[in-house]
Amino acid sequence: MLRVGSNLAPLSKPSPGASGSKTGSWRIFKPVINYDKCVRCLLCWLHCPYSVIERPKDPNGYVTIDYNYCKGCGICASVCPTKAISMVPEGE
Amino acid sequence: MLIELRFHGRGGQGAVKAAEVLVDAAILEGKYGQAFPFFGAERRGAPVEAYARISDKPIRIHSGIRNPDVVVVFDPSLLKLVNVLRGLKPGGKIIINTPKKIEIEGDYEVYNVNATKIALDLKLVVAGWAIVNTAMLGALVKATGIVSLDSVLKAIRHTWTGELGDKNARAAEIAYNEVVKVK
Amino acid sequence: MVLMALTGNHAVAWAVRRARVKVIAAYPITPQTTIVEKLAEFIDKGEMDAKMIRVESEHSALATVYGAAIGGARAFTATASHGLLYMHEVLWWVAGSRVPLVMAVATRAIGPPWNIWSDHSDIMGQRDTGWIIAMGEDNQEVFDLTLQAFKITEDERVNLPMIVGLDAFILSHTTAPVDVPSQEEVDAWLPERKQLYVIDPEHKIQIGNLALPKDYAVLRKSIEEAMDNARKVIVEVDEDYGKAFGRRYGGLVEKYRCDDAKYIVVLMGAWSGDAKEAVDKLRGEGYPIGVLRIRYVRPFPIEELVEVARGKKGVLVVDRSISFGNAGPLFIEVSSALTEVNVALKGVLAGIGGVDVGVDDFVEIFKKFINEVEEYGTFIKRQEWYLR
Repeated sequence: MLRVGSNLAPLSKPSPGASGSKTGSWRIFKPVINYDKCVRCLLCWLHCPYSVIERPKDPNGYVTIDYNYCKGCGICASVCPTKAISMVPEGE
Repeated sequence: MLIELRFHGRGGQGAVKAAEVLVDAAILEGKYGQAFPFFGAERRGAPVEAYARISDKPIRIHSGIRNPDVVVVFDPSLLKLVNVLRGLKPGGKIIINTPKKIEIEGDYEVYNVNATKIALDLKLVVAGWAIVNTAMLGALVKATGIVSLDSVLKAIRHTWTGELGDKNARAAEIAYNEVVKVK
Repeated sequence: MVLMALTGNHAVAWAVRRARVKVIAAYPITPQTTIVEKLAEFIDKGEMDAKMIRVESEHSALATVYGAAIGGARAFTATASHGLLYMHEVLWWVAGSRVPLVMAVATRAIGPPWNIWSDHSDIMGQRDTGWIIAMGEDNQEVFDLTLQAFKITEDERVNLPMIVGLDAFILSHTTAPVDVPSQEEVDAWLPERKQLYVIDPEHKIQIGNLALPKDYAVLRKSIEEAMDNARKVIVEVDEDYGKAFGRRYGGLVEKYRCDDAKYIVVLMGAWSGDAKEAVDKLRGEGYPIGVLRIRYVRPFPIEELVEVARGKKGVLVVDRSISFGNAGPLFIEVSSALTEVNVALKGVLAGIGGVDVGVDDFVEIFKKFINEVEEYGTFIKRQEWYLR
C-alpha cells in the first residue's frame, strides 16, 4: 500500500504479503543460471512476473535471483536466448 | 436574428464544407454560427444534407433544423430525388445550381446560378465532380445578405491557400455577380 | 481571444495539444475518430511534441495510455459506445491505480441494432468505475472541460482519471466558434504533471498485487474519499479558470433561472441549450421554470440538487438513456439525492438512439409536467417515454 497524504494506491513490493510466507517455498523447480552462457541481455529480468530477478548495479555485472520469493514459474528460462537458465527440480 | 439554412448536395460536392466556411465567415464578422452534417449513407454521389445557423447572438440550440429559412441545392438532379422544400418556411429562399431556368411553385423566392459552369471554367474539379460549393456560397450571400461577400472570401482563403484559395474565391465572386432571382 | 471555427472533436484536440499531452493511443470509432486524426496531424506537422501509438483495440488503447501515465507522462485517449464498453475493464484498473488520466467520450448509442447517433448510454454505464465524469453543453465548454480535466485529475487531493463527454455529432461534428487560448496562457495556468508515483525499472514495485479483503476495502474507501475531494477541487478549478480565461460555469452544475423558479428541469449535454430556449419561451408565458444542468455526473452534485430543489414544486429529469429495469439513470440519481425534499418528481426519457429533440418538444414536455404538478401536487412518475 502506498500512502501519500490521504491518498492510497495499491502498490506493493515482493515481501510476505497475502500468502503470509516467503513464496520461494512454493517452488518445485528452481531456475539456475549458467553464467558462462549468460550474455547479460536482461530479458529474464524484464519478463520475471514477480520482480525477483535483480539487475546488477554494475552494467557489466550479472543478474541474481532472489530465491526467497522466486516461485519457479520458468518464464526466465523460457525467454533466455542462450538457454543459460535451467529449471532444476528443487532439492537437487 | 437567427437564420437557418439547409444545403443539399451529393457526397463529394462539398456541401458540408460550405456550411463550415459560412460559419467561419460569420465568425470573422463578429457573428455566431453553427454548422453540422446529417450522417446517413455517406459516400461519393449519395445525397447528403448539411445545415448551418447564423446569428448575431450566441447560439444555444443544438437540435436539428426542421424549418430552414434558406435552402441551397448544389445539384439540380436532386430536385427529383429529394424533397428539397421539406420544412422551408413560407417566403423562404431557395438557391439552385442549374444550367437552365428552374422556378419552384409555392411561396418561395427562387434564385438560379450556373455554379457547375463557373467551377468547370475555373477547373475546380475533383475526381470528376465539379466543386460547386464556393460558387454556391457566393450566390447564397448575394441572395440572402446574411454575411458579406468580403467575409466569405476571407473565410475561403482561410480554408484553401495559394492557387486553390484564389480559384475558390474567384468562383464565389463570379457566382455572387451572376446569380439571378427568377421568382 | 482567438476564435477558431472548430468541431467539438477538434476543440478536444486543441485542448489536448495545449495541455502538452505526451502520449496518445486510440482506436478509431465513429464519432470520435477525428479527435485523434487531428492530433496525429498536429504531431506529424511538428506542432505537437507527443507520441502517437497505434493499437489494435480500445482495450489496448486505454491500457497503453495507462502504461504511459504510470510511467509519468501526461496521456490521453478517446472513444465512444462499443469502444468504451470494450475498454470497460481497464477503466476500473486505471481508477483503482489512482493515476490521473484524461479520456474524451463522444457519447453514442449502443447496439444492437447499429446506431451511430447520440445518447448517453455509453457514458452512464461507467458511473461506478471511480472515474470523474463530465459532459459539455457546447464546443467551448468541451474545450474548457478537457483542459480543466488535467488540472483536476492531477490535483494531489484527487488522483483519479476523468472522462470528458460530448454528444455524438451534435457537438463532435458540429462547427462553432471556440476561443482557444495561446500556449503561453495555458502554460501559465496548467502546471507540470504530478502524480502519486511513477513506475520506473530502477525501483522494484508492483501494482495490483493480490490484496487481502480488508486492505482492498480500505483502498476502495480512499477512492471514494478522493471522489468527494474532487467536488471541492472541481469548483476551485472552475473559478480559477474563470479568472485566467474569463469563463466559469458554476462547478458541478450550471443553474439557469432557478432562483425564482417553481419547477426545475434537470438534464445533461448539448440539448441543455434547447432546454434553456424552451424555458425562456415558457417564462415569456408566465411559467416560473428553470434548468439545473448537470455538468458532472461523477461526483454527483447531491448538495447542489438539494439546495435548488428545496421549496420548489416539481423537479423534472430528462434522461438520454435508460437503466433497464428501473428508470433513466439521472432520474435514479436525482430521486436518491432528493429523498428528504418534498417535491413532485418525474422522469422523461427522450432523445434515445439520437432522436432529435428540439425547443418545441421541450416546451411540450415541460408544459405537460407543469400541468401535472398543478393538478396532482407531489407525485412520483418514474418513466415516461417521449417518442416524437
